[in-house]
Amino acid sequence: MYPSRFRYEAPRSLDEAIGLLQTGGDYVKVLAGGQSLVPLMKLRFASPELVVDINNVPGLGYHRADPDGTLRIGALCRHADLERSDLLKATQPTMASAAPLIADPIVRNRGTLVGSLCHADPQGDWASVVLALGGSVVAQGPRGKRVIPLADFVTGPFQNVLDPDEIAVEAVIPVAKGARSGGYLKLERRVGDFATVGVAVAVETTGQNVTRAGIALTGVGGSTIGATEAAAALVGGPLTADRIAQAADLAAQAARPRTDHRGSAEYKRHMVRTFVVRILSRGAAAEERAA
Amino acid sequence: MTIVYEDEDAQGEVPVRRIRFTINGQKKIAEVEPRLLLAHLIRRGLGLTGTHTGCDTTNCGACTVLVDGRPVKSCTMLAVQIDGHEVSTVEGLATASELHPLQEGFKEEHGLQCGFCTPGMMMAAKALLDANPDPTEEDIRWALSGNLCRCTGYQNIVKSVLWAAAKLRSESAG
Repeated sequence: MYPSRFRYEAPRSLDEAIGLLQTGGDYVKVLAGGQSLVPLMKLRFASPELVVDINNVPGLGYHRADPDGTLRIGALCRHADLERSDLLKATQPTMASAAPLIADPIVRNRGTLVGSLCHADPQGDWASVVLALGGSVVAQGPRGKRVIPLADFVTGPFQNVLDPDEIAVEAVIPVAKGARSGGYLKLERRVGDFATVGVAVAVETTGQNVTRAGIALTGVGGSTIGATEAAAALVGGPLTADRIAQAADLAAQAARPRTDHRGSAEYKRHMVRTFVVRILSRGAAAEERAA
Repeated sequence: MTIVYEDEDAQGEVPVRRIRFTINGQKKIAEVEPRLLLAHLIRRGLGLTGTHTGCDTTNCGACTVLVDGRPVKSCTMLAVQIDGHEVSTVEGLATASELHPLQEGFKEEHGLQCGFCTPGMMMAAKALLDANPDPTEEDIRWALSGNLCRCTGYQNIVKSVLWAAAKLRSESAG
């Protein structure tokens, strides 16, 4: 299989890339890791006139924390970079647990977090993680930069709010107000398959009390689902078994799974509940050991 | 080197780009259409048919090659993207007189049956051993989890890589 014919440009600066988006015609795609775009082009679900490959733009491969703790992930930071990151292991439990579960180890060498957010696949893992953490996407275009919260960035399956002349240059994870805990769990039939169910939980605690919580679900609806009521149920108290069970029930109610070859709707809903309990109980158990 | 396509569109200009790259240590220049996949450049353009295309959908890993030392699925990368980069394929493992320890390992431990996945397995394993000369069985299973084999059940593939790792370590110690 090969894609239909397209023109290809590999600019060396973001300005040049944005210029190409403005002048390149009606259907231009930005190529970063290419692990979703190239398969789509081979299957001819996507047939852009022009592909703007940003891999030669210097300075986009970073992930780093600002002095205040805000995490920034550049458009060319690969999943493998995040998997190996000591910074994530030390400061971002939800991201650190998700990174090794993205696709497979070879795909992780090319694919990018920002590209995954843009692709907006309902079964994309990173969108749930970033949504649970209250993260945003930074878009850059001819009119400058704008910051778009992930909750507003993804508008539906494979749809985002980027203008045709904008490039997503960075993902931003805001600074934690308390101590972070949480994780990402994914049920998949085999490595590299799409998630049957994925659950991202990000909790911030001060003392015993949860001060902020985010729960987001992968693969159980037409788009990434933010389980806001479930998260709200955790805030304002300690992570007791009762409160965890309540949040897990609310998360399961927020899921909109469909029965398919990966499992029945009821099974998927059950797994959402189980994963929420598992992630949060692990955090609570760790706290008990520490106490 | 130019790759000729069937012109199913039969109209408009065909965009062609000139790229320079290194493959298995040899410098090359090629003129390619942007839509040419790296796997096709390697197999058809360069005649290096050791790299296999299996699923052609980014699943199986049979087409795995190293780009700048990192394993990638060559069916999921455009050939134009290797401009200025270094590619290694399974043909680059052996010298004229000697097999690479990975190749020896697959032979000694019966790491292949039909052999279709083997080039991809060996390239993924090569990247693992370059980074980690003394991997555990778990490390190997993890590193090869993007490569599918439908014959062996993986048991002997893991043994083959362990065999190669031990051989490489004894060579560097000696």
